[in-house]
Amino acid sequence: MHIVVCIKQVPDSAQIRVHPVTNTIMRQGVPAIINPYDLFALEEALRLKDKHGGTVTVITMGPPQAEGALRKALSYGADDAILITDRAFAGADTLATSFALASAIRQIQKNMPVDMVFTGKQTIDGDTAQVGPGVAKRLDFQLLTYVSKVSSVLPKEGQIVVERRAEGGVQLLKSRLPCLITILEGNNEMRFATMPNMFRAARHAVKVWDREAAGITDEDVVRIGLKGSPTVVSKVFAPTPHTDPAEMIDVESGNPRDIADTVLAKMFTRFPVVAKEIAKRA
Amino acid sequence: MSEKFDAIVVGAGPSGNAAAYTLAKAGLNVLQLERGESAGSKNVQGAILYADALERMIPDFREDAPLERHIIEQRMWVLDDESFVGSHYRSDAFNKEPHNRYTIIRAQFDKWFSGKVQEAGALVVCETTVTSLLRDEKNRVVGVQVDREGGTIYADVVILADGVNSLLAKKADFHPEIEPKNVALAVKEIHFMPQEVLQERFNIGEEEGVVIELFGKITNGMMGTGFLYTNRESIAIGIGCMLSDFKEQKTTPYELLEQMKNHPSIKPLLAGGEMKEYTAHLIPEGGYKAIPKIYGDGWMIVGDSGMFVNAVHREGSNLAMTTGRLAAETIIEAKAAGKEMTAASLAEYRKKLDDSFVIKDLKKYQEMPDIFHSNRQFFTTYPELVNRSVHSMLHVDGVDKKTKEREIFSSFKQNRSLFGLMGDAYKLWRAFR
Amino acid sequence: MSEAPVKKGKRKFELDPRLASYKGVWVFVEHERGQVHPVSWELMGEGRKLADMLGVELAGVVMGAPGEETRRFCNEAFHYGADLCYLMQDDILKDYRNEPFTKGLTDLVNAYEPEILLLGATTQGRDLAGSVATTLKTGLTADCTGLTIDPDNRSLAATRPTFGGSLLCTIVTLNYRPQMATVRPRVMAMPDSDASRSGRIIEQPLGMVESSIITKVLEFIPDANQDKPQLAFADIIVAGGKGMKRPENFQLIWDLAQVLGAEVGASRPVVQAGWVDLDRQVGQSGKTVRPKLYIAAGISGAIQHRVGMSDSDCIIAINNDPNAPIFEFATYGIVGNAMTILPALTESFRQALATAKKAG
Ligand SMILES: Cc1cc2nc3c(=O)[nH]c(=O)nc-3n(C[C@H](O)[C@H](O)[C@H](O)COP(=O)(O)OP(=O)(O)OC[C@H]3O[C@@H](n4cnc5c(N)ncnc54)[C@H](O)[C@@H]3O)c2cc1C
Ligand SMILES: Cc1cc2nc3c(=O)[nH]c(=O)nc-3n(C[C@H](O)[C@H](O)[C@H](O)COP(=O)(O)OP(=O)(O)OC[C@H]3O[C@@H](n4cnc5c(N)ncnc54)[C@H](O)[C@@H]3O)c2cc1C
Ligand SMILES: Nc1ncnc2c1ncn2[C@@H]1O[C@H](COP(=O)(O)O)[C@@H](O)[C@H]1O
Repeated sequence: MHIVVCIKQVPDSAQIRVHPVTNTIMRQGVPAIINPYDLFALEEALRLKDKHGGTVTVITMGPPQAEGALRKALSYGADDAILITDRAFAGADTLATSFALASAIRQIQKNMPVDMVFTGKQTIDGDTAQVGPGVAKRLDFQLLTYVSKVSSVLPKEGQIVVERRAEGGVQLLKSRLPCLITILEGNNEMRFATMPNMFRAARHAVKVWDREAAGITDEDVVRIGLKGSPTVVSKVFAPTPHTDPAEMIDVESGNPRDIADTVLAKMFTRFPVVAKEIAKRA
Repeated sequence: MSEKFDAIVVGAGPSGNAAAYTLAKAGLNVLQLERGESAGSKNVQGAILYADALERMIPDFREDAPLERHIIEQRMWVLDDESFVGSHYRSDAFNKEPHNRYTIIRAQFDKWFSGKVQEAGALVVCETTVTSLLRDEKNRVVGVQVDREGGTIYADVVILADGVNSLLAKKADFHPEIEPKNVALAVKEIHFMPQEVLQERFNIGEEEGVVIELFGKITNGMMGTGFLYTNRESIAIGIGCMLSDFKEQKTTPYELLEQMKNHPSIKPLLAGGEMKEYTAHLIPEGGYKAIPKIYGDGWMIVGDSGMFVNAVHREGSNLAMTTGRLAAETIIEAKAAGKEMTAASLAEYRKKLDDSFVIKDLKKYQEMPDIFHSNRQFFTTYPELVNRSVHSMLHVDGVDKKTKEREIFSSFKQNRSLFGLMGDAYKLWRAFR
Repeated sequence: MSEAPVKKGKRKFELDPRLASYKGVWVFVEHERGQVHPVSWELMGEGRKLADMLGVELAGVVMGAPGEETRRFCNEAFHYGADLCYLMQDDILKDYRNEPFTKGLTDLVNAYEPEILLLGATTQGRDLAGSVATTLKTGLTADCTGLTIDPDNRSLAATRPTFGGSLLCTIVTLNYRPQMATVRPRVMAMPDSDASRSGRIIEQPLGMVESSIITKVLEFIPDANQDKPQLAFADIIVAGGKGMKRPENFQLIWDLAQVLGAEVGASRPVVQAGWVDLDRQVGQSGKTVRPKLYIAAGISGAIQHRVGMSDSDCIIAINNDPNAPIFEFATYGIVGNAMTILPALTESFRQALATAKKAG
């Protein structure tokens, strides 16, 4: 069984700061991590490999530094890693990204057929959850999103049963390989890499594919990168407070009960809706 | 299926990187282990890079190393509660290439250095902590154990470059627990500031930088100093005092830093900046007398782990790199001579150190820690007196200067006997001599 | 969303004449188990505004199994502002599945050419939107928090958080149609329903046979709803943050919530510390809420929390730090220790309730 896992290297958004003057993102010193949602996808793929045998290939499209993310994936136990990197990919939105990834996966398939593609639920920088569905449609793979559990796989028969998170419940879906699965977070935990795997990851030659190696013809250059991206960012700005600052409740006595009573009195006068809501509960 | 290497270097700070780089360049099969996410991810430093130590290994480092600014001005401020007396030294000679000192951001610099180590051919594995040293039946060090499954790794020699709080050296009984009086606790913050604002504020050009050394009442009478460095787009500000003093005074380093940042002479320098990062770290400041045993059968100690810090001149990374390089050269020579990595063959390391500026400098200041420990007036009384004196001379109020001089002199005497004053001067002279 | 160098949307722009035929605003009406997801009506309210700005019609798209229920959804769509509905009925569409829904919606778009297509940013909406945008080869902006029309070029300007919510960005899809966007539940206000409104229905067949569809739904296991918090639709929420210090103190939040019959919410650190379930997290990576009253105790008001609750009608904030960011946007601010203020509030509310009860 051959599973391709799409991972993305993202800046650790918990550590991102906005330049106070220019309102731009300060990436300086912000560590790059594997998109946390993708780790659930990778671990799920590794578990299936442990169970059924086979190969796990990780791929990422990104700048040369993204190799770090692939190496890390190798240390967890992925068998092979491909970095898809080319200036021509810069500025890609999800439509252009899925085009490039799908093309690369087709190249991978030339060497070894791909049974499943795994992606994370979404990235923490793009946050769109669109790349997975996009890749599936382009490859004409069955698309199974928000999968919380891969219940069973029968590789020979090409059958798969998954639990998919839906609104208000869980769908039990039966489908066929090849398929693309976007994995929901929280249902597994990434393993701790063994020392032999650390050595292997440090020594493994990550494959680096440029546009051509990823199978994108000159003709298709208009479908990747900035050119192939229908969406355009027209403005980036810091959220501005559109509300007035709070009315501070100042009570001479400082007695909590007085403070509480004062707030309630003020609120009931200014917000009849709240007063009504409270009355409903009486 | 355990692996075996010519050498294992524990730690990817400046000392470990220097050692691993030198070994790998010479064609040895080197493994470097670092517990942090990446080289530099756990490292804190002010941070000034002294070019020389690095230049000896990588002569063209200026081409691609992430350097912030070269230093053209050094200020030395002695502060009391509301003022400072200080000296500034600025010279255009510092603008001549090659520059001698740079501000750096350690996280970026260490990453760059680690890249060089890998290019040189060493195998670098991060996020892996060495938990103990492996010994053979003769008690020789033969490798390391790490915190991962399948983590027994062998080598002819292990270099401990694991920093100030070397748990490994302690566990292996190479040296005892460091005493709180031999180690300073330093805290540092990085304040982001637009480049133009920073340059205007410090009166410097595009690539130029300033260092401010801070002494006096900012340490609340504890033995320690503060510093402020200009990076490209940020200011590094920090303060450190002896751990033993913090324990006694029950002050936290954080409070001390807050207090220093609010000093009327410092606050305007930081105004409008945005705090980006807060870190705390130990600095070994025991000096010459605190250096432990630094080599033995199959092992060597380099950098902070061996107390190689010149606290007086605030030099550490250069000693770290130099000790790392010299340890590596010792190994390379021993190997070339077909010798085993025994204490006898590694003794050459100590000789190399004795001949270098490392031991010479540390010896020169060996009395310094003791003097400051037992003479607190350097951190309290003097800064205050000096500031008051200057204030008095500059404050025009109808009192003649002669009377003012007399008053200043008597206030010095009141606070410290004439004998004490002369003694202090002598002690300092001796220590610096 | 691309991380491209910011291209200025303001440059001279001419829409490709081939795209000029694309007219009208569509809202996909999402339903599951006989219930329309409220986000669809929230979008209908928003879609109405966009359609009016453009001077075009607003349409609902209803896809489902043939029957009364599906027709009823069309009527509801009219009540919430739609001028017409595209209706696709087929047994295949009984449960949501990607393949037939993608084909159906793609065909409808190709046949009737809307300029804007909006969907809820739910598991269903995102699954479908990502697929349809790819088959249509058009732009899709995910998880928007604001939609408007750029008067310069009549294009949809979609605003969404980026970089973990620290910034917002506005995204346009210039030379592609339709312009697609998904919007989170509860971000837009629920419009009033007007039962007197009605509209036209345009039917279109799906044109698929079940045997050609690979993925089958074996079972739908509904969530055990009883003890799932319904935070998104609560009218009163009492929320606590890291400032509550210890899990035991969080009981004070529960106490007040119980007296008020309110839901309990929390900031992320509280959820991460395991004091309450993930379902109760309010904010960027949790729920968006718009209650009438939101009481925030020991919550600093970080932007990621703020985006999830700042549309509450009235916000009471309790924080011991007078400079806490939450005071910049709360309605009432109380500087003090939550551990003493909360019990006092609980008592005051108890009394208010008793008075209201007496008054009948
Ligand atoms: C606030 C501050 C300001 C300073 N300013 C300056 C300055 O301006 N100029 C200057 O020259 N020096 C300065 N120094 C001193 C300088 O930082 C140190 O001397 C230097 O970093 C020492 O290098 P090192 O390689 O020995 O140790 P470190 O830099 O501490 O590196 C040790 C490495 O080993 C790793 N490690 C530890 N244990 C293990 C283990 N068991 N397994 C695997 N890895 C391990 C650590 O993660 C770390 O990366 C300053 C220090 C501080 C704290
Ligand atoms: C990608 C990303 C997504 C995120 N998503 C979310 C999200 O969905 N929801 C969310 O909430 N956060 C989210 N966060 C985290 C967010 O940035 C903040 O860290 C978080 O909201 C802070 O929670 P807090 O206010 O409870 O804690 P703190 O920031 O620690 O604030 C505690 C507050 O309590 C006050 N306090 C302390 N003691 C008392 C006392 N005795 N009485 C009264 N007040 C007291 C303090 O003054 C302080 O203001 C996200 C962050 C990232 C990077
Ligand atoms: N540049 C990329 N390279 C590889 N995989 C990606 C890339 N961008 C997104 N993905 C995958 O697509 C998923 C959804 O991403 P997004 O649509 O950006 O939220 C992620 O969790 C990844 O698995």
